[in-house]
Amino acid sequence: MMFSVAAIAVLVTMVLTIYRAIKGPTVYDRILAVNAFGTLTVVLIAVYGFLSGRPEFLDLALVYALINFIGTIAVSKYVEFSHMGRPSGGDELGDI
Amino acid sequence: MEMLLDAISWLLILVGSVFLVVGGIGVVRLPDMFARMHGAGIIDTLGAGAVLIGLIFQAGLNIVSVKLVLIVVFILFTSPTTTHALARAALNGGVRPRVEAPPEDAPTGGGGESSKT
Repeated sequence: MMFSVAAIAVLVTMVLTIYRAIKGPTVYDRILAVNAFGTLTVVLIAVYGFLSGRPEFLDLALVYALINFIGTIAVSKYVEFSHMGRPSGGDELGDI
Repeated sequence: MEMLLDAISWLLILVGSVFLVVGGIGVVRLPDMFARMHGAGIIDTLGAGAVLIGLIFQAGLNIVSVKLVLIVVFILFTSPTTTHALARAALNGGVRPRVEAPPEDAPTGGGGESSKT
């Protein structure tokens, strides 16, 4: 029962973040919304594991959290510098 | 004891669900990109954290709760890092925080208008 409530709340929040990711004025809004969507996917995988009575999906949730972090850092670095190879030397803000 | 653990876990899952929806509404409704980061922070820390801690109370002491603790710790470490990197990238990319207009310019205090810089 409570798992269904949590899953419905996660799905509603997913719809809201997808709305922001589609509508967002700047690209940083879209990155922010996709990052929140990844966190919600982790929560949804964990809740669905308990909802179906087989909580073995948590390995997938853990791996998805790792991929979400790396992906968000990589996309924000790529959007800022247009490459991911060398660090930004001489900039006053430095590397992110 | 079982009843107490169930009550604690249900309370945490309900509070986490409420904060998830509140954070999603904040991501949609707040006027600026730097303000929308607050909504994303609520989703990351309080919403996901409360739901996953409630699931820990539901699972008991086994490998499932260990994995859930790992997920919670990882989210609590990576969410500020991601938000900081994204705010740095946005500030370096030309997005400026929305500054509230002076009171004599906007006597009604409505949030609809946005200043330039």
